Amino acid sequence: MQRYSGFGLLKHSLTHHENWQRTWRNPTPKKEYDVVIIGGGGHGLATAYYLAKEHGITNVAVIEKGYLGGGNTARNTTIVRSNYLWDESAHLYEHAMKLWEGLSQDLNYNVMFSQRGVLNLGHTLQDMRDIERRVNANRLNGIDGEVLDPQQIKEIVPHMDCSDNTRYPIMGASWQPRGGVARHDAVAWGFARGADSYGVDLIQETEVTGLIIEDGTIVGVKTNRYGDIKAGRVGSVVAGNSSVVAKMAGFDLPLESHPLQALVSEPIKPILDTVVMSNHVHGYVSQSDKGDLVIGAGIDSYTGYGQRGSYPTIEHTVQAIVELFPIFSRVRMNRQWGGIVDTCPDACPIISKTPVKNLFFNCGWGTGGFKATPGSGNVFAASLASGEMHPMAEPFSMFRFHDGALIDEHGAAGVAH
Amino acid sequence: MFHIYCPHCAEYREEEEFHAVGQAHIARPADPDACSDKEWGEYMFFRKNPRGIHHELWVHAAGCRKFFNITRDTQNYDIKEVYKIGEKPSVVAE
Amino acid sequence: MTQPNRLQSGGRIDRSKPLTFTYNGKQYKGYQGDTLASAILANGIDVVSRSFKYSRPRGIVAAGAEEPNAILQLGASEATQVPNVRATQQELFNGLVSQATNGWPNVDTDVMSIIGKVGGKMMPPGFYYKTFMFPESLWNTYESLIRKAAGMGRSPLENDPDFYDNVNQHCDVLIVGAGPAGLAAALTVARSGARVILADEQNEFGGNLLSTKETLDGQPASAWVNAVTKELRSYDDVMLLPRSTVNGYHDHNFVTIHERCTDHLSDIAPVNQARQRLHRVRAKWVVLATGAHERPLVYSNNDVPGCMVSGAVSTYINRYGVVPGNALVVTTTNDYGYQSALDWHDAGRKVVAVVDTRANPVGERIEAARQRGIKIITGSAVIEVQGSKRVSGVSVATISADGNKVTGSVTKLGADTVATSGGWSPVIHLSSHTGSRPIWNDEIVGFVPGKTVQKQLTAGGINGCYHTGAVLLEGLNAGLEAVANVGLNAAEVVLPTAEDVKEGAPMTLFHIPHLKPTSQAPKQFVDYQTDVTAAGIELACREGFESIEHVKRYTAMGFGTDQGKLGNINGMAVAAKALNKTIPETGTTIFRPNYTPISFGAIAGRNCGALFDPKRYSAMHMWHVERGAKFEDVGQWKRPWYFPQAGENMQQSLDRECLAVRQSVGILDASTLGKIDIQGKDAREFLGRIYSNAWAKLAVGKCRYGLMCGEDGMVFDDGVSACLGENHFLMTTTTGGAARVLEWLELYHQTEWPELEVYFNTVTDHWSTLTISGPNSRKLLSELTDADVTNENFSFMDWKQITVAGVPARVFRISFTGELTFEINVQANYGMHVWKQLFKAGAQYNLTPYGTETMHILRAEKGFIIAGQDTDGSVHPFDLGMGWCVSNQKPFSYVGKRGMNRQDCIRENRKQLVGIKTKDPKVVIPEGAQAVLDPKAPIPMPMVGHVTSSYWSAHLGHSIAMGFIKGGLTKMGETVYYPLADGTVIEAEICSPIFLDPKGERQNV
Repeated sequence: MQRYSGFGLLKHSLTHHENWQRTWRNPTPKKEYDVVIIGGGGHGLATAYYLAKEHGITNVAVIEKGYLGGGNTARNTTIVRSNYLWDESAHLYEHAMKLWEGLSQDLNYNVMFSQRGVLNLGHTLQDMRDIERRVNANRLNGIDGEVLDPQQIKEIVPHMDCSDNTRYPIMGASWQPRGGVARHDAVAWGFARGADSYGVDLIQETEVTGLIIEDGTIVGVKTNRYGDIKAGRVGSVVAGNSSVVAKMAGFDLPLESHPLQALVSEPIKPILDTVVMSNHVHGYVSQSDKGDLVIGAGIDSYTGYGQRGSYPTIEHTVQAIVELFPIFSRVRMNRQWGGIVDTCPDACPIISKTPVKNLFFNCGWGTGGFKATPGSGNVFAASLASGEMHPMAEPFSMFRFHDGALIDEHGAAGVAH
Repeated sequence: MFHIYCPHCAEYREEEEFHAVGQAHIARPADPDACSDKEWGEYMFFRKNPRGIHHELWVHAAGCRKFFNITRDTQNYDIKEVYKIGEKPSVVAE
Repeated sequence: MTQPNRLQSGGRIDRSKPLTFTYNGKQYKGYQGDTLASAILANGIDVVSRSFKYSRPRGIVAAGAEEPNAILQLGASEATQVPNVRATQQELFNGLVSQATNGWPNVDTDVMSIIGKVGGKMMPPGFYYKTFMFPESLWNTYESLIRKAAGMGRSPLENDPDFYDNVNQHCDVLIVGAGPAGLAAALTVARSGARVILADEQNEFGGNLLSTKETLDGQPASAWVNAVTKELRSYDDVMLLPRSTVNGYHDHNFVTIHERCTDHLSDIAPVNQARQRLHRVRAKWVVLATGAHERPLVYSNNDVPGCMVSGAVSTYINRYGVVPGNALVVTTTNDYGYQSALDWHDAGRKVVAVVDTRANPVGERIEAARQRGIKIITGSAVIEVQGSKRVSGVSVATISADGNKVTGSVTKLGADTVATSGGWSPVIHLSSHTGSRPIWNDEIVGFVPGKTVQKQLTAGGINGCYHTGAVLLEGLNAGLEAVANVGLNAAEVVLPTAEDVKEGAPMTLFHIPHLKPTSQAPKQFVDYQTDVTAAGIELACREGFESIEHVKRYTAMGFGTDQGKLGNINGMAVAAKALNKTIPETGTTIFRPNYTPISFGAIAGRNCGALFDPKRYSAMHMWHVERGAKFEDVGQWKRPWYFPQAGENMQQSLDRECLAVRQSVGILDASTLGKIDIQGKDAREFLGRIYSNAWAKLAVGKCRYGLMCGEDGMVFDDGVSACLGENHFLMTTTTGGAARVLEWLELYHQTEWPELEVYFNTVTDHWSTLTISGPNSRKLLSELTDADVTNENFSFMDWKQITVAGVPARVFRISFTGELTFEINVQANYGMHVWKQLFKAGAQYNLTPYGTETMHILRAEKGFIIAGQDTDGSVHPFDLGMGWCVSNQKPFSYVGKRGMNRQDCIRENRKQLVGIKTKDPKVVIPEGAQAVLDPKAPIPMPMVGHVTSSYWSAHLGHSIAMGFIKGGLTKMGETVYYPLADGTVIEAEICSPIFLDPKGERQNV
């Protein structure tokens, strides 16, 4: 793999950047792989990368129906944090956080991980009880966090209205300094480049149209462009489309795919140096390095694969942002878009074996997938490599919806599900 | 924003008056106590979640408070029909 | 002060109304009817911005929504700052204050440009992914520099003094765009009697007709525009919206229109006028007549100020009376490009040459140029521009017939302006908003709207139809189709006759070759605002970014505030060539709302501040306010939290309120609890199915507490229901859960058990609930009623219909404090009366109002839960130690029964709700503290539960708490620890959650 560095840029500038290598190959797939990963988003690519890097399994294909990182990886609001309530999810997200720290160096690709801190605001007494509970749990789980009062919040976000004069005054917040944002596309590209460098085949513009299952065991996938491709194990990492792949395998999932919308302002000079989230008024905002205010809305109530949602959801979020930041009233909204989030009843993901042998699913991340990308890929790779679920993935079995061992993270999910 | 015909009010109203409740036609098992954990879990949580034609339960929450069903394409959001609880859809997926 | 580029006559400006405006701290003059851009050009200002990556000087390129460079900061005061206003869309007003957004010390002399020049070579697309990684610790420093360099304008730092409106609209036909197509369509539908909205982003209707000298029926086109507009204005059912951008097209023909009501008048909106208005339109049919944007060609240094799109040059001359230079070179692939040369020449300034990429162009405009003696250079193109802050000359060379390489020697021409035309791109943005994929049309060299499920018609430029006569006809036809679709009879409309200009075929060319390969040629800009060059796109393709979405994302093409209106097609063409594909094979990107940016304030409308969410008040609210209550937000309700007296801190107030209840009598406004009236012969059966406990035998006149669970067995609400009659119950719910519970009941009734005859109605607001609690509560009640309220006649868990303070009342003898309690329910309009009467009579008992916090303490002393505080959706009744509230004898398998018997729900060691007694009775554990068995265990420290409720009990003289502990119900007397953030560890003992009167004697007196 061609190393990237400032020196490299200088060197290539002398040859007018004509000699940069491809970031990844564009291979024709082989007939058979040890592992086929369906879905070339951040999680799928991370899975491939760690399969190759940590488990030495390089005979791997990632099959992507569109372009790499083109689904929710390209559509989220890039927030990274690990301040989840329950031990199971806290450990998983903190595992991801530790991988984020150093990811640029590991991948030799600057994913622009910016640990500028995340504030989760509380506006009611119950919000504050929940925040105390979560921060205490985080602390004892080794996750950084503290509870701030409005005065301390004001110091971090001087332009937010922390007064008593709002409809739902800010009573306090949880603060995770290690949280922040990352450059979403770069995460997919960095993992893709890394996986490719180990020999993983990234097959774009190729849709899996069926699964080849013999005697309850998966042995390959059917594709629209390359016919059948055999596989020892198959991992489905297709987020919003998970139910569609599950249907090919003949089972249902405890998922609903909903539109989740986001929007950005026009780029403005730095005004907000951290991530602000409010469950109560339903809005969250950060400012990208480019200067856009990146704003996330709640999910729409209906099932939708259209990558767009309804306007009142946007309106409600903008109202919340103007309520929190009245000074943004004259700033202008540039663009809005939607993703398809696969939501689980307990707002936690599924990383799991399935009723089909050797077929594994990684899905159900709902609104919280991006922040988990490296951790999700890491534990899913370990599970695909050994055929047994990584201990950190174990609690996230799809079968928890049978026995009832749910991990209810609605409070920490950031967005009402 | 959807424009939804409420079969009870017999009028088109804005989506803001409604919300979706989830997949339609999920009957509560007649004898819950006879269900295995698996069966009960599937009743509660497992869903078709189709890409394409979908039968979905909605409620006219800020209107007549009645529940009813919508058949809708989940890709282009086109509403194919609305029908009352207890009725069968005439548009179904192939 | 002179305006060097202003013509003596002509244009649609009003020379009798001069205006003064400020740009970069200097005052200039313009006229009524100018845009800020036309006024800037009139004053001979070349540089209006610095590019974001290379800090290159940039000038005005276009005249409308597609302008990428002239992005200015507006605002005369801190509070009225508006970032990133497109000067081409901002009407000039007297006193307008504007400023370039980048450049230090100013936009004209920017030191960053040195870095841009030197470092620019090291900043190909995606350079930041390849560097700034070492050392890791420095990333924060790098990032803060990147952030400072990025962004354009700035946010105001003071609150917006203006307000905004949202308006709902319904119409038969919404027409977007009031150019020739839109006007013809509007006239047709309006005459036919339809309800019409016609919206156009510009200040006056007419579209491109305002930018030309063309005639209709032999008259200036504006005469027809005026006549049509006048007629449209005469119809009652026609709403004309100038200065109104249709910014979003959503599902089922829901369309948003952003109307700028006062932005053309003043810095701050006139008193009592909304600055902007957002129309939320539901249209039966939509006609998109959005026109097209002219594409610039991509050649070296095509961003030097003075390089403009050809149509914009014509617009400035014909509409604003401004010639933006002295010596013009046109470089074009088509006949339209000649128009700017004709207009320039007719304005009396010098046209140096028209450079046409076609070898043998034939057409009427070309002929007109020849007649004027304009030099035409064919089979050639401007391959490079000289100059830095203004064009000083151009290099012209012959190119091959396929347009791929330079074939001849280079000629240099002196010029200060380059007008460019590479053809037109239909404005298909709105049709893309609803998910419709655009389709490439080779004939018109552009994307046109694709298939849609919306009720949408298109006419004119959006279809790639550009001749005025044909455009008018398309407008008429779209109008006729819309009329038929909405079921009206079409009225007759006679279209005016347009000039018939014969045109030759355009050449399909986007990227002009240079002598050097693209990677080495001087920068050829594709997307000005994001500094994306042809070389950058080629590099992206070379690096494997082959999908057009990857190219976009890697280079940032189209991510500007113009969303790539000028550059996207050129970028796709460059990528297609690099990848050896066609443009449709390369794919297009999907446009998203907004068409052009709109203020957050306009979206929010009036729904912020006090109107962000409704406030709900009880009937006694004003009494609470006058009494100085502190309030707590519970759902939308404002509930009294506590009632401080002078000199008290919060704890002192709570202590006083608690002791008053325990020792004499207190009063709580409990009106906010949800109340649902349930009637029907199967009401009782229904309650038995929906609550976890038994209801079959509850007698008329009795009350019972119930737990409500989900199908998963987890508690989600609770409350007391009273049997008012054999077929009549009143259910109470938590304050926050009322709406959800009502919907829950309706859901089960309507979808699962429609055979049950039962009806639900919310009566929360109909009743005021005045809860008097304490040993003296009966005495107090007796003062206001003649009814027998003795324990013998009115026992615990009874309710009675009696008269209180002369008002009919339902009185419930239930208790959430553990004391003798009467909940007096009266019609809400009597609430205040009874409340005041109680205080009158209660003075002798020191009747004390108490709030929610005291109520929480009192109930916690008794171990009563609060759903939502002591439950979190993951606990069932047995976890709460409330198995007594579960009846497994009921014949019907009630909601929650099966769920709470799943494997995980019946396992041992689940978290269970217990009481917590601190070893030091003075210490109150913070709510939310996590319990551990070994506070010295290493991190991650195993946690066994947490505290849900915790208070100082003035009555008991020690702290009390409730919380969850794994297997807690079997661990009575054992010790747990609560390690706090400050390093202290609270030691506590697990105990029963009932701290007071475990036998319930106090409430039973």
